[in-house]
Parts: sequence; C-alpha cells; structure tokens
Amino acid sequence: MDLALERIHKKVGAQTWLYELDMALQSNAVTVLLGATQAGKTSLMRIMAGLDAPTGGRVRVDGRDVTGMPVRERNVAMVYQQFINYPSMSVADNIASPLKLRGEKNVAARVRELAERLHIDMFLDRLPAELSGGQQQRVALARALAKGAPLMLLDEPLVNLDYKLREELREELAQLFAAGQSTVVYATTEPGEALLLGGYTAVLDEGRLLQYGPTAEVFHAPCSLRVARAFSDPPINLVPAVATAAGLRLQGGLELAPRLPLAAASAADLTVGLRASALRVQARPGDVAVQGQVELAEISGSDTFVHVATPMGEVVAQLTGVHYFALGSTLSLYFDPAQVYVFAGHGALLLAPARMGGH
Amino acid sequence: MAHITLDLAHSYKPRPQQDSDYALLPLAMEFQDGGAYALLGPSGCGKTTMLNIMSGLLVPSHGKVLFDGRDVTRASPQERNIAQVFQFPVIYDTMTVAENLAFPLRNRKVPEDQIKQRVGVIAEMLEMSGQLNQRAAGLAADAKQKISLGRGLVRADVAAVLFDEPLTVIDPHLKWQLRRKLKQIHHELKLTLIYVTHDQVEALTFADQVVVMSRGKVMQLGTPDALFERPQHQFVGHFIGSPGMNFLPAQSAAGRLQVAGHALEQPAGRGLPEGALQVGVRPEYLALAQPGAAGALPCTVQRVQDIGTYQMLTAQVGEHLLRARFAPEQRLPAPGETAWLQVLGAHTCYYQNEELLP
Repeated sequence: MDLALERIHKKVGAQTWLYELDMALQSNAVTVLLGATQAGKTSLMRIMAGLDAPTGGRVRVDGRDVTGMPVRERNVAMVYQQFINYPSMSVADNIASPLKLRGEKNVAARVRELAERLHIDMFLDRLPAELSGGQQQRVALARALAKGAPLMLLDEPLVNLDYKLREELREELAQLFAAGQSTVVYATTEPGEALLLGGYTAVLDEGRLLQYGPTAEVFHAPCSLRVARAFSDPPINLVPAVATAAGLRLQGGLELAPRLPLAAASAADLTVGLRASALRVQARPGDVAVQGQVELAEISGSDTFVHVATPMGEVVAQLTGVHYFALGSTLSLYFDPAQVYVFAGHGALLLAPARMGGH
Repeated sequence: MAHITLDLAHSYKPRPQQDSDYALLPLAMEFQDGGAYALLGPSGCGKTTMLNIMSGLLVPSHGKVLFDGRDVTRASPQERNIAQVFQFPVIYDTMTVAENLAFPLRNRKVPEDQIKQRVGVIAEMLEMSGQLNQRAAGLAADAKQKISLGRGLVRADVAAVLFDEPLTVIDPHLKWQLRRKLKQIHHELKLTLIYVTHDQVEALTFADQVVVMSRGKVMQLGTPDALFERPQHQFVGHFIGSPGMNFLPAQSAAGRLQVAGHALEQPAGRGLPEGALQVGVRPEYLALAQPGAAGALPCTVQRVQDIGTYQMLTAQVGEHLLRARFAPEQRLPAPGETAWLQVLGAHTCYYQNEELLP
C-alpha cells in the first residue's frame, strides 16, 4: 500500500503539534518514527490512521485522498504501548475477532497459525489476564496481524516489557515486517530499536520531520546536528571547533585536517561530531589521542560506555565487552580523524565519514 | 554497617512440595560489609522477595537472616537499622529539601550540629546544595527521587541501604548522572548497598557484585566481568548481553567434539568430559576464521545488519543460528555465502546440564 502525506500540519489551540511536512512512506516496508517524547510521533500516527484529522494537508492512500475518512472506513491495524485485548474473551477468540468480522472461513486454522508464529499457541484457551505482559502483547500483535490490514501502525509496542522479552519480540517483528505484506509504521524513542528494525526511519523532533530515508543511511549521514543528536545512543560527542588554514582546531586545542567543503572555510562556529563507537582505548596507525579523567563506566552487558572529562569536553566512548576503569583515573582515548562529522554553525552537515565495511 | 548472611528459602504457600512452590529456593549467601550489590533478574525471579527478607518486611518460611552473626530473622526494619529507597519518591511535600534530608536523623535524635553537617555532605554529593531551602512540593519528579536517595543515604550508622528499582521515574538522560552519583557515594561513604533492578545496565554499572536470579534461584553471584566472561549457568549467558551468548549442542568423545555435524579437535589441555555438552560463545567473540581452521565451523550467512555502531551477522550451521558482532569497518561475506566462524577459542565456555564446566 502507498501512503503519502502532503503538507500535513496539526495545531491544537495556539500550539503547533506538527509543522508542515511531506512524506511518501516506503510501500510494504517498515518505517520507524524516531523521536523523544513530544516529538509528534503519536500525533502523526493518529493522522495516518484517520483517528485525527490534520489541521491542513492531505493523506493519500494508493493515490486516493482519504483525509477526512474516519478510521472505521479504512483498513488499519493498530498496536499500542498498553496491552489491549478483550478481557472476557479467550486468547483464541481475541485473535479470531477480526477474522470473524470479515466473515472468513477456516478461522480456527488461521488463529492457530498466527498463535504459533507468535509463540502463544499453548495459551489459546486462557484469558488475557492469565498471561504475562509479554504474552498479552503477543496476543494484541496476533490480532493486529489477523486483520491482514495493508497498513499497520505500532506505537511503542515493546516499551512496557522486560529487555530480554523486548529483544526477542523485536527480532520476531522485524522478520514479520520483512515479509513485506503491509506498510508498517513503528514509533519508538530508542535509536537502537530503529537500527535493529532496519527498514526506513523518519526522525522527528519537536513536531518537525527532520529527515526520512533508509535507516542505516540516516544514521551514517544525518543531514543536521539535530538529526545526529536525535539518532544516537549513547549521545554523539559534540565538540566546538573553528576552521583554520590547515583544517580544524577543536576545543582544547586538538588539530585535525579533514577535507572540508569551501562553505566551511574560516568558519568559527563549527561543531565536530564523534560517535562514541569511534573512540577506542588502543591506538591504531593514524589515530589522534585525547586524554582525560574517567567519570563513570556504564556497563550494558555487551558494551561498556566510559564517560571521560577531556580538554575537548566530556565525551563518551563505547567499548565492546566489559571493562573496568577506576573513577577519576586518567585514560587516553584514540580516534581516526577520518571518522569525524563536521556540522556548520546553523547545524547543516558539512562532512560525514566515508562508510566502510558491509559486504 | 553490617555483614549480611542469608541461609534460607521462602514459599508463600503453607506446605511447599516442589520447586515451583518456592518464591526463593534454598540458598546460602554472604553480603560483605561495605559492598555494592545488585539483585538482577526478570520479573518473578524472586529478587524483590529476597530484598524484603533482608529488610525485614518479610519473614522467610525457612531458615535465617544474620546481621554480623546476630539472628535478625524476625526483627523489624527499624530493629535491623535498615534504610530503604523505593521506586517512587517517598518525601514530605510540605517540608523543605533540608528538612526532608534531616528527617531520618531527627527521628533518631541526632544532635543538631551533626544533622547540619551530614545534610550538607549529602546535599553536596547529590548536587542539591542550592535547593536546600526550597519546598519539596514544587520540585520535578527526578529531584524528588534524589531527595529519597538522599534520605536513604543520610544516616552514617545504617546496617545497609536497600534500593528497589530507584531510577524508574528518572528521565533516561539523567539516569547515568544518578548512577554515577550512587557509585561515587558508595566509594566515599562505604555503606553496604543492595540494589534491586531488572535493568542490566543499572545492575552492572552500579554493583561490584551482581546476583543474577531466575525462577527463585540464584544463578550466579559475580563481578560484571565474570558474568560476561564466565557465565556459571546458560541462563546467565543468555540473560547478560544483548543478544546473549550463542549455544550449540555438542557430543564429546575420545578427544573430539562433534558440533552441528562437524567433528572438531578438542582444545588442547581442556579435558572435557564425555557425553552431551553445550558450547557457549558470545557474539562479541565469534570471529571470522580461515576455511578449515582448527575450532572453526563453516556457516551459511543469513543476514548482515548494519546496527550503526556495529554489524550483526546471523549465520546458520546445521539447524542452529549463530549471532556474531563485528566492527563497522569489517568486510563481511554476503547472505548465502559461507563464513567460517571461530566457535572454539579462548573465550568459549562449555556447559553440562546447563552448568559451566571448570
């Protein structure tokens, strides 16, 4: 299904919830709406669903204007943060409800198939309240899938689950979405979740659509400082810098010589961005060094995030595995100067690191 | 401050018959005086039950709790001299920040000059010195929770401070600052701190020692490094890390290891027992190898994902899937191609009946 938003905006009273935006969603793929709370994700989703009308602009489905059409006349499936099921119906009846509404045959077989796919086939006779949170959300997901709607909207569906469950369910969802039978919109506040889901990402911030494109591309080449900030976890390290004859001088005095575009020449208000993962504790040939004091080492299980106070400012380095650093100890960090981003004073991207790797 | 010894089990049912009747299966544990501990596990694992038994809110159905060798099994939290911090702020809205912080001390009739000094120290650590005379009512949720933390930490003579998911209400970007504060405070005050959470970042960052629990059972008590490098139980390997450890079933016989249909040489000097084993290797340690290299398996690449700060390769060997994590700049084989992955190596763990082999 093709879903396109044209000059959509939304005002409530004197407040603007969404500034005018255009967006043609990638058909039969997943689009992640990424942004902090209040970014406009839910407002945008409600307009896509037909739950709310925009203040201005058009919503087109397969080219047809559906702007004023209420949700019940559209074929949309939705999944919310809260686990919403019919409390008095069994799991099987919950999943079957959209199928029965459509008057479908072989309901039982279809219910079983969906339940198996979401690993809840052993609970078909139970009531939702007898299940754990993760299982209840699986029921809601199975019902949404049963609807077979060409448009599926998920508003932070995993946020209320334990992280291991989240990991498992996200993996399964990514595979379901990849089957490519519906256009899927998935709202999240977590950059990591967007990257794990893949597909396409729209970065929203304070009611504005900042960038839309293939997820990895938006991550590696954010068009502005705002996108880089919104699409990084841990936060991207940002260092004030000035252009010099030789290249760049960072706060704290470090000199780099990247190939800057002409627009940056002699600018005194540049910002250098350095992803936490670009910093390391063992130097490689060509690296530059910066020294500082360890403020904290956060351990996620797979990574250690070391916060270090340096002459550049406070920076975070992401190291694979579990590492210990005494608070207050001195640490040298290294990075490849080719890995820096450079942003202009007004925030536009001037330079992104060349991408390597892949296959 | 106290050294805490647990030798107990707990069932909410009157006559427990089987393992599943216990909220906490029989366990024997020591918490060192001045240590920072986290109790970590999924919901329903028994971590809150254990915390409530330590605090005195719950009397265990079997066994004892000792503080410095003294039996306190039936003693109240007051008698045990425990301070507690809960998920949501517990403060007096009508009092100022200073009065809130001073409250536990005034309650115990500590002299005013000592109260003043101690409140000053704690406020300084929590960066609330500028707000001491402000009413608590007007403060944001995270500032209120900071007061709760301060109230928990203000008494120097407590046996232990117990935290139950204390950072739940804190904004994500403020969480790391508070984690840092707690860590610094632990170093400076040397209190015995016990911290319950389902969040692995919080547990591994805060604690020197982490107790990983599942279904009423303590799976491992260890440093974050030990949980990552040497998970004592397959559950710990799976639970710590995202994604967790890969496992492959294997048959050990006559110095060889049959893994996913391939016969591998056993690592020299490893002395693995005969029979059914599980080979565990973390995605971070599953490196690319030369075709035919010792300890490597040929796998079919299913997927290569660009996760931004790293790449995730999913590959199939036999009927099993393996996840391997690579640096962003690494060149990787494409889906459908064969990748040789180093399954047996220095960081590989071997399990029998889900327990780590030494």
